[in-house]
Amino acid sequence: MRSLAKWGVAACAVVAAGVFAGAAQAADTIKIGTFLSVTGPASFLGEPEKKTLEMYVERLNKDGGVKGRKVELVHYDDGGAPDKAATFAKRLIQNDNVDIIIGGTTTGTSMAAIKVVEPAGVPFISLAGGIDIVDPVKKWVFKTPHTDRMAAEKVFLDMKKRGLTKIAMISEDAGFGKSGHDQSLKVAGIYGIQIVADEVYSPKDPDVTAQLTKIKNAAGVQAVFNFGFGQGPAIVTKNYKQLGMSLPFYQSHGVASKDFIKLAGEASEGIRLPAAGLVVADQLAATDPQKPVVTAFKKEYEAAFKSDVSTFAGHAYDGLQIALAAILRAGSTDKEKVRSEIEKTSGYVGTGGLVSMSPEDHMGLSLSAFRMVEVRKGDWVLVD
Amino acid sequence: MWKTARIGGLGALALILVLAPLGFPNAYFYDIAVKALFNAVVCIGLNLLIGYGGQISLGHAGFFALGAYGSAILTVTYKLPALPAMLLSALGVGVLAYLIGRPILRLKGHYLAMATLGIGIIIHIVLKTESGLTGGPDGMGVDPFSVMGFTMMGDRMWYWAAAALLVLAVWLSLNLIDSPVGRALRAVHGSEVGAEVVGVDTSSYKVMVFVVSAVFASLIGSLFAHKDGFITPDIGSFFRSVEFVVMVVLGGMASTFGSVVGAIILTLLPQVLTVVEDYEAMVFGGIMMGTMIFLPKGLLPSLVAGLRKRGGAAQ
Amino acid sequence: MFAELLQYLFAGLTSGAIYALAGLGFAIIYNSSHVINFAQGEFIMIGGMSTAMMVAAGVPLPVASLLAVLVTMLVGVALEKFAIEPARNADVTTIIIITIGASIFLRGLAQIVWDKEFHSLPAFSGETPLNVGGATLMPQSIWVVGVAVVVIVALWWFFNRTLFGKAMLATSFNRLAAQLMGIGVKKVLMVSFALSALLGAVGGIVVTPITFTNYEAGIMLGLKGFSAAVLGGLGNGMGAIVGGLAVGIAEALASGYLSSAYKDAVAFVIILFVLFFLPNGLFGKKGTDRV
Repeated sequence: MRSLAKWGVAACAVVAAGVFAGAAQAADTIKIGTFLSVTGPASFLGEPEKKTLEMYVERLNKDGGVKGRKVELVHYDDGGAPDKAATFAKRLIQNDNVDIIIGGTTTGTSMAAIKVVEPAGVPFISLAGGIDIVDPVKKWVFKTPHTDRMAAEKVFLDMKKRGLTKIAMISEDAGFGKSGHDQSLKVAGIYGIQIVADEVYSPKDPDVTAQLTKIKNAAGVQAVFNFGFGQGPAIVTKNYKQLGMSLPFYQSHGVASKDFIKLAGEASEGIRLPAAGLVVADQLAATDPQKPVVTAFKKEYEAAFKSDVSTFAGHAYDGLQIALAAILRAGSTDKEKVRSEIEKTSGYVGTGGLVSMSPEDHMGLSLSAFRMVEVRKGDWVLVD
Repeated sequence: MWKTARIGGLGALALILVLAPLGFPNAYFYDIAVKALFNAVVCIGLNLLIGYGGQISLGHAGFFALGAYGSAILTVTYKLPALPAMLLSALGVGVLAYLIGRPILRLKGHYLAMATLGIGIIIHIVLKTESGLTGGPDGMGVDPFSVMGFTMMGDRMWYWAAAALLVLAVWLSLNLIDSPVGRALRAVHGSEVGAEVVGVDTSSYKVMVFVVSAVFASLIGSLFAHKDGFITPDIGSFFRSVEFVVMVVLGGMASTFGSVVGAIILTLLPQVLTVVEDYEAMVFGGIMMGTMIFLPKGLLPSLVAGLRKRGGAAQ
Repeated sequence: MFAELLQYLFAGLTSGAIYALAGLGFAIIYNSSHVINFAQGEFIMIGGMSTAMMVAAGVPLPVASLLAVLVTMLVGVALEKFAIEPARNADVTTIIIITIGASIFLRGLAQIVWDKEFHSLPAFSGETPLNVGGATLMPQSIWVVGVAVVVIVALWWFFNRTLFGKAMLATSFNRLAAQLMGIGVKKVLMVSFALSALLGAVGGIVVTPITFTNYEAGIMLGLKGFSAAVLGGLGNGMGAIVGGLAVGIAEALASGYLSSAYKDAVAFVIILFVLFFLPNGLFGKKGTDRV
């Protein structure tokens, strides 16, 4: 049994070695913690988020940091697993002693981390879409992306304008699509929209023509709305065209990246979706306050990584800017001060839109932050 | 001889569990330790099935998740106290395991793996889809564990509870293995036909360990839900089932302490591997392969055999 | 009414043929070694990803495909040589863990060598759907089915008409006897991995225009392929094809007539039921236990 004792000691030593490495740091650096889903099903969201944070933190340090204080980024990959996210949040707070946390790629990982962040009292800016993150308002929790409910509202508003009232929904059965679906059902009535067919698919289904056939044959459908992200919506779009369906087709903000158009190809022609100004940076009016911000970010990101900018990268950028501005205004990294400064964020123009937070609103975006875009000739075109 | 070794082992384990917190500088260490100990208990149960019963299960995370959601739903939605909710969930899981255990444990090898995998996936799909009850893929919140006005708060308190539970589980497992049931099980593992020929009712023994291991998973699932305060269907996914099996096999099949070692190492490994960042998956997979190639009997049994050999050579 | 059913069947055929191709890879390795290779899905991913990346870099599709197949076979042989062979006498469960470790390793490698984005390939014969009886089918789906058929015929010929194929089959029945007859068991094992890697790569290439691919694409395909192989009866190539098609069609019909949320569950319930009555799958041999 001595062997067992040895193992125990060895295990403790290994963990301690791995973990202490991060603990001893100069006291006056600003420590920003982040946990993102860099691997796993949401990796194409987490990856650009991580790259963005790293790039801007590095740039900031090169320019002398925040009032002379260097910024240090501590990152962990939660693989998209909520319980791992909670553990990493705990690690960031307890072991790395971070001043603020920016992260949480998905709603599930963010919600799990909230259970750790709230009692510990550390400001947390989530990068996920779910409305549950900030509704009801939690003292220490903020978020930068638009909510799924807003996306649904924006889509329904557009449908109403076009006189479409009976629609079919098809949504992904994973977190993003499921939550978006539920929010859509909640707000549909307000806009006089009636959902007459309701189908789901799994994110990795090779073919969804069966579900679409059901929708096609449902009586009275005037438009179709798909809530999902990743390759799923691209497959739905291709199958939609395969079946020769020509009803107006809406997607969610989950596909607001060039990759979607690339994957779905010609089939994506004519699709409408709500998106942040970032994806149509060049088409914004010169007077648009967002124009300089999004054009600059797009240019910097694309120059640094040689890949198309996505709104997800923008969420991370906004989160970082809001955090840094709050720390500057607070004049310290005192957690309560920073928290209340984040809450006072007002008139910040980010990639997602105009952000004005309040004690009752920890996101601060209004419906006008969303633009309705349409795919035409393989590119996004602003339609309102 | 066997008895003293058992008491010695339990004593050593208890001692390590008591001393380990001396090396824990903050709550995060306790949190990881609790998760490791929880996994260890699940693996002890699973090892009875895999290591002693010779039956594989790729669906145990399903039972874990059912325990977690059972407790969550009963306490949050139906306002039941935590303890009865936990026991009721475990009872439900036990009955379910009994009902499905009877037909599927007739299957062998990879067919059994497929069947248990299917059951795990079906459970996962139900948890994901019935969002009215479970909150869907984005999960649901769970209240802290409290019994008669006493509430389990903080990672330290959970650590001592988990440590006590682990010692209890090890004791139970060692006793079970040493009982007539255990001997019958080992006979089943060695040769099922042989065991039947000498009059062992193999199928009812197999079903029994299946139920016991499922109940272990369910109970720990319940505690996990209360501890983390937030659960998603992700805890019942296929990967988690595989993770449990890997813990058992890596630690050493048919070794109760091996399961404990396997669970602890595999829980800590991802935390340590954050230093290799992007290479984490590669290193993790490499370690898994390497261990199984060079120590096919698992960590602990190989280590013990190695020590014995060295001891023998020295004499 | 009929058009609807036909469309569901087409949907099932598309998915089913994909699962069947994945399942065949399991069957080949199982046949010669009784090993279940949980890294089979990663062979498919590597085939698809490397082709997609090379085509994106300007390599013509046929050349890229050929190179991708070679790369994947190399990976397959390396896996056998460095991971399976040293552990050949280990417990079944131990080998399962090794292959699961290998799949994690290969995914980790892919995300570093390539990236985490989704990639696609142009469809081989265009994207104009074929109209049959009011339902539509993409030409690429026919490619997938066609490749599956060609593969099964080629395998049948290989195992029944060539000396080496027969030797492999013999090894699957009784390894020791085969060895005594002078069959190089090691070589058989290696060829079986190369063969199933080839199959995975080809599958990955024809499937990518339909499902796209990324470094994690192998997980789902591996899982469905395993299901297909077990449902059909392990080690039976025809069984894997039938199993794959059955799973695909069951899913499509379930989402058409029952509930799309529970379509995967329906497929697994069917598999469970089949196993209750046929514990060795649809076409599996009744094994005898050694006492």
